[in-house]
Amino acid sequence: MTALLRAEGVCKAFGGVQALGGCTVEVEQGSITGLIGPNGSGKTTLFNVITGYERLDAGDVYVDGTRITNAPPQRVFALGIGRTFQLTRIFPTLTVMENMLVAVQHTDRGRGRNRNPLARAGGSADRRHAMELLDFLGIAGHAAALAGTLSYGQRKLLELAYVLVADPAIVLLDEPAGGVNPSLINHIGDRIRELNAAGRTFLIVEHNMDFVMGICERIAVLDYGTVVAAGPPDAIRQDPRVLDAYLGTMEDDDDVG
Amino acid sequence: MNSQAALRWGVAAAAAAVAAIFPLVFTSELVTQIAVDTLIFVGATAAWNIFSGYSGYISLGHAVFFGAGAYTAGVAAQDWQVSGAAEFLLLPLAAVVAALIAVPFGLIALRVRRHTFVVVTIAVFFIFQLMAFNLSVTGGSVGINAPFLGWAPQTYNNPFYYLALIIAAGTIALSWLIRRSRFGLQLRAIRDDEDRARGLGVRAMRVKLAAFVISAVVMGLLGALWFFFIVQVLPQYGFDPLLDLSVALMAFLGGLGRVAGPVIGALILEPGQQYLTLQYSNSYVSEIILGSLFLLVILFLPRGILPFAEERIASWRGRRADARDAAAGGPPGSRPAPAPAAIAPAPQQGTSGAHGAPGTRGTR
Repeated sequence: MTALLRAEGVCKAFGGVQALGGCTVEVEQGSITGLIGPNGSGKTTLFNVITGYERLDAGDVYVDGTRITNAPPQRVFALGIGRTFQLTRIFPTLTVMENMLVAVQHTDRGRGRNRNPLARAGGSADRRHAMELLDFLGIAGHAAALAGTLSYGQRKLLELAYVLVADPAIVLLDEPAGGVNPSLINHIGDRIRELNAAGRTFLIVEHNMDFVMGICERIAVLDYGTVVAAGPPDAIRQDPRVLDAYLGTMEDDDDVG
Repeated sequence: MNSQAALRWGVAAAAAAVAAIFPLVFTSELVTQIAVDTLIFVGATAAWNIFSGYSGYISLGHAVFFGAGAYTAGVAAQDWQVSGAAEFLLLPLAAVVAALIAVPFGLIALRVRRHTFVVVTIAVFFIFQLMAFNLSVTGGSVGINAPFLGWAPQTYNNPFYYLALIIAAGTIALSWLIRRSRFGLQLRAIRDDEDRARGLGVRAMRVKLAAFVISAVVMGLLGALWFFFIVQVLPQYGFDPLLDLSVALMAFLGGLGRVAGPVIGALILEPGQQYLTLQYSNSYVSEIILGSLFLLVILFLPRGILPFAEERIASWRGRRADARDAAAGGPPGSRPAPAPAAIAPAPQQGTSGAHGAPGTRGTR
């Protein structure tokens, strides 16, 4: 089976800091893949490079065989890669329903009614679909509220919901369990599993090890911008290179700072 | 919700009716002249709001399009020796020229955001004012005179009034249509978080540029109309920095990014400014008052009259409902807090304790 998303030998430097140094990550169709690593190991940078928010210096990114290296974010999204952000980003002065409708536009181009640019945003089918997703994530009751009035956890759910509106083939989640309490973590985990069972592919960056080990079939470990280990959770848990990356080895322990 | 919509349509219809018969009731030339000025500003502010209000990109360079419209009409009327009411046929030409300027202007300026964008628009504005002073086609500092219209003075203002009314009403209608469309939704998403919007498939540059050009077209139309109305254009009045400031202030005062907000702002400020100019022969007094008002608005009504009034009405309604509940039974304070909207139990539990900043767990 071929990989749905493949980042191949990706390099990215910020000034003198090599954030990614020849990083290769593959995400199989229909899988939940985890991406872990210490702070500053390049996880979010890899997300940014894949989704077009940062230009990469070398390497290539493919989705479903199509090369999307350095494509702008709107094109990456149109090609079926949705993402959430570590620091949740929603549109605070739009209502929750309007937030959902922002992502709709590109999925239904070609239908006749959208030829008119001044047609009202979100037809009844779009609104129904958006409402189903809000209901699925448990925030349907807030559809008419301004998104800026939502709590942090509700914003996380909204961000996941509006990414799903456009029905992306793969969803990149940047710390879905970060900063939320245990019962909401379970709620989010259950939703991800359900979506995955329905065929959705996920790539997840997460620091919460219980969450990652519990949900992912395959995990890649990033350290200093390269993948140092990859495999199923059980193998990763015992891999000495992973322990090195997280705890540091004697040779690495030459702090000059 | 429905009664609110009905109220809104009622107010709009009443305003349209009043505007339609205004010059028939108030026949004083002075009053109709102020009315034409006011309508020009209503249209300009509504047009500016379609771009700056919805997208959040504050432009202080829209006078470029106003001036370009005025000069286009002037040069064309002069070269083609247009006279009489036929001069109004030049308005579409002014709109086209404004759009042709807006495309490269937008492609350059819209690459930068926030303060940088404001500065770039001001810079482009001064380039155009300098060109108007120095090019031969614009007549330099002497400017251009419009063809003389031999109309009766009593009704001279009326054609201008109705043309300005049509443009202003059309712009307000367009603003309303855009705000509820997907185009408007994309603009407002860009205002909130442009990069996030791009990550959801919004072609930001295209959307911003379209709004920029639309507002420029209206500005061009109004500039040409204004030129025929005051019968001449000089560089410092065609490309007038005060126009940019006034339009921005009017929109801020009424409510930025709303359909009715900029209209309310223009209806309050422009007649007020004209009145002050008439009261004090020194026109700088009105400018000083305008500047002071800007500061007061930012201090006390940072979001504008319309959002402020809505909040007041909502809290007044809320208090009235509370008072009714309290009268209905139970000592005050015994009532449970108002129930939040329906929500699935799991996320509600989850979110109620999740207000802390992300990462706080890690520090324990």
